[in-house]
Amino acid sequence: MPTAPINLHAPYKERIHDALHNKNLKTVLNRTVGRMSASRVAAMGAVDGEQLRRQVRQMKEYVLRNLPDLLEQFEANVEANGGRVHWAQDAAAANQILLDLARRHAVQKIVKSKSMVTEEIRLNDALEGAGVKVVETDLGEYIIQLAGEPPSHIVAPAAHKRIEDIAAIMQEKLDMPPTLDAEVMCSAARASLRREFLSADMGVSGCNFAIAETGTVCIATNEGNGRMVASLPRVYVAVMGIEKLVPTVEDAFLQLQALSRSSTGQQFTVYLSMTSGPRQPQDVDGPEEFHVVLLDNGRSEMLARGYGEALMCIRCGACLNVCPVYREIGGHAYGSTYSGPIGSVISPMLAIEASEAEKLPHASSLCGACRDACPVMIDLPRLLLDLRSHYVQQGVPPWFERQAMQGFLKVMQSRKLYETGGKMGSLGSNLLASFNGGAITFMPPPFSAWTKTRHFPPLARKSFRELWAERMERRKSISGPTSDAKRKPGEG
Amino acid sequence: MRPTKQFATPPRRVALFVTCLVDMLYPEVGLAAAELLERHGVEVVFPYEQTCCGQPAFNAGFRDEARALARRYLDVFEPFVQQGMVDAIVAPSGSCTAMVTHFYSVLFEDPSMAADQQRAEALAAVTFELTEFLVDVLGVTATGARLEGKITYHASCHLLREMGIDRQPRTLLANVEGAELVDLAGHDECCGFGGLFSIKNPEISTAMGRRKCLNLEQSGADAVAVCDVSCLTHINGLLSKQAQRIRAVHIAEILNSQVDVAETPAEPQRDEAASSTSKPPAEGGQPRRWQDVR
Repeated sequence: MPTAPINLHAPYKERIHDALHNKNLKTVLNRTVGRMSASRVAAMGAVDGEQLRRQVRQMKEYVLRNLPDLLEQFEANVEANGGRVHWAQDAAAANQILLDLARRHAVQKIVKSKSMVTEEIRLNDALEGAGVKVVETDLGEYIIQLAGEPPSHIVAPAAHKRIEDIAAIMQEKLDMPPTLDAEVMCSAARASLRREFLSADMGVSGCNFAIAETGTVCIATNEGNGRMVASLPRVYVAVMGIEKLVPTVEDAFLQLQALSRSSTGQQFTVYLSMTSGPRQPQDVDGPEEFHVVLLDNGRSEMLARGYGEALMCIRCGACLNVCPVYREIGGHAYGSTYSGPIGSVISPMLAIEASEAEKLPHASSLCGACRDACPVMIDLPRLLLDLRSHYVQQGVPPWFERQAMQGFLKVMQSRKLYETGGKMGSLGSNLLASFNGGAITFMPPPFSAWTKTRHFPPLARKSFRELWAERMERRKSISGPTSDAKRKPGEG
Repeated sequence: MRPTKQFATPPRRVALFVTCLVDMLYPEVGLAAAELLERHGVEVVFPYEQTCCGQPAFNAGFRDEARALARRYLDVFEPFVQQGMVDAIVAPSGSCTAMVTHFYSVLFEDPSMAADQQRAEALAAVTFELTEFLVDVLGVTATGARLEGKITYHASCHLLREMGIDRQPRTLLANVEGAELVDLAGHDECCGFGGLFSIKNPEISTAMGRRKCLNLEQSGADAVAVCDVSCLTHINGLLSKQAQRIRAVHIAEILNSQVDVAETPAEPQRDEAASSTSKPPAEGGQPRRWQDVR
């Protein structure tokens, strides 16, 4: 069985196949995803989880309705505090802003706190391409940076790695002595990261939420690396999607509550770093300059196209942890920065690199577990259905599928065709099944996709409607015409 | 929860929305459902014009096609309800019921289709899944079924998460005489069918299904009760391919198994476990069950 990392740029089918046949991935996913899911259930159950979900939902709905005003309010407050706000239409613009800042401050090294939005815009590639060294400081993110891989989970970037894999990477890249002791491994990473923190010129983070009324960027971490990134280097830049705003300080703590409980099952994350501006004269530490990059990258178009609900996402990863598809294939098989149900919704709409993203809305059985787990009650199945419909309108499904659907419609619209089709299907399928002990074990493509791993039953020799008509006939002969016979409209 | 009609007097007549899969693949499920209803004093009418509710088209994103079938469904069932021929519509399927009660409103949400939306809402209020109808509307808690062995229950996704129905089938199963209801790990996890998902993503679908089969095997049950023949087809397709002993059985067949029809209480009784064998008096002393006549 292969154990190599999934190639994100491989064709969809190949990625899925590789992921499903990766034994190490299977082992680690079963453990990680199950544990995170159980913690969420416990943590949301410890409080009135439903009430919390309703409140966060209400708040996020308010934010979306008032987004332009809140963004302006946020910008004004950041600038009043001495920070700078930059607006970026897309990934290229955002990366350019960061590059310009790095050049202006003669930055050689950047330390980063874990951030999905900078993964989305491939910031590290852009910076490294310009000769700036970038160091990820979240432990999980650091591990996958050393391994040269993208994150496979919104909150647990190294969710696809076993401890043995991690040890091997650290032995190779950090000269760590051979060990599987997690504490020793953490210490090795800590020692190496400490040197990076102290020599970095610029700190870059994402943003879990930003408070409009105070102009404050908040990052929630469990390792304290976020605080180091935001306070040690000379310059601190936070990159955030435009949807990350909350109106008030109270709302920030409401969202932190929902985020912590839904992602890791904590009451609160260990650290919450709030940055409202650069170092003031009376401050003993803090960055000399504070910048916020507000990124659109397809978000306002999502809102305009009626998919605004997906912008309420607080990136807790709860939908990934309960998704039966994610649990089988992990994050990389989605081929996008964002995986799981929310990834299947936003990847095709954000302006991000994602190969065959139009297939993602179909990578779901629409079981609805994600919607029940989502702290913002985002109706993810509904959004997936809407996207599927959008692609049909665009003519994306293959010719065969469109023809089959027309045929299906024609048959189902006519009782006569439906009954005749059923009769013929019954004869054919029973003949097919008669060769194989009563089950259909082979069908031609595309239905071979079913029979490769599953049997299919033949159609009944007599349909329900036939048996029902016979039953009614018998009843008539027993006790005269029944009301049913009189009542059925027309024939039967 | 959706607004359903509250019946002042117990419904006496229902239209059976048998669903196309039951009609063509599992007629015995439809007959078991009809008998269950009849034994609880409800007359069953079968509108022969019915075909498919449109769910496969809707889930694949073909909304126009789904709308055409949704309108057809309304055309077929509406007269029965409007003219008072039936009090309700009952289907032995969670996902097909959810299509009518939850997703027709999506199909007709455009304000230009307000008339269709109204019709859909009116029908949705009287459309019920079989176990929902038995427990919530008729007040039945036991059907008088007997079954020796261990059974477990797989909650199908649309029934559980769209319709919010879980207690009802479990109550009925718990009261099957002779049967031991055992726990199923991951009882609320998808079996991996998902309609066209099983063809479009066969490998993921199979992996999900195999996980379900493993849990079924470990539950020690002889049979798993399901409320949807779509899950049943997927689970049994995998189990059969793997030559496993356990099988999925539709709940209607379990609830209708070995029911003693010789007892004929004068009046159909409700709300009592012991009275669940109630049925209208046998006609002319002739055998009444279709199995007996054949």
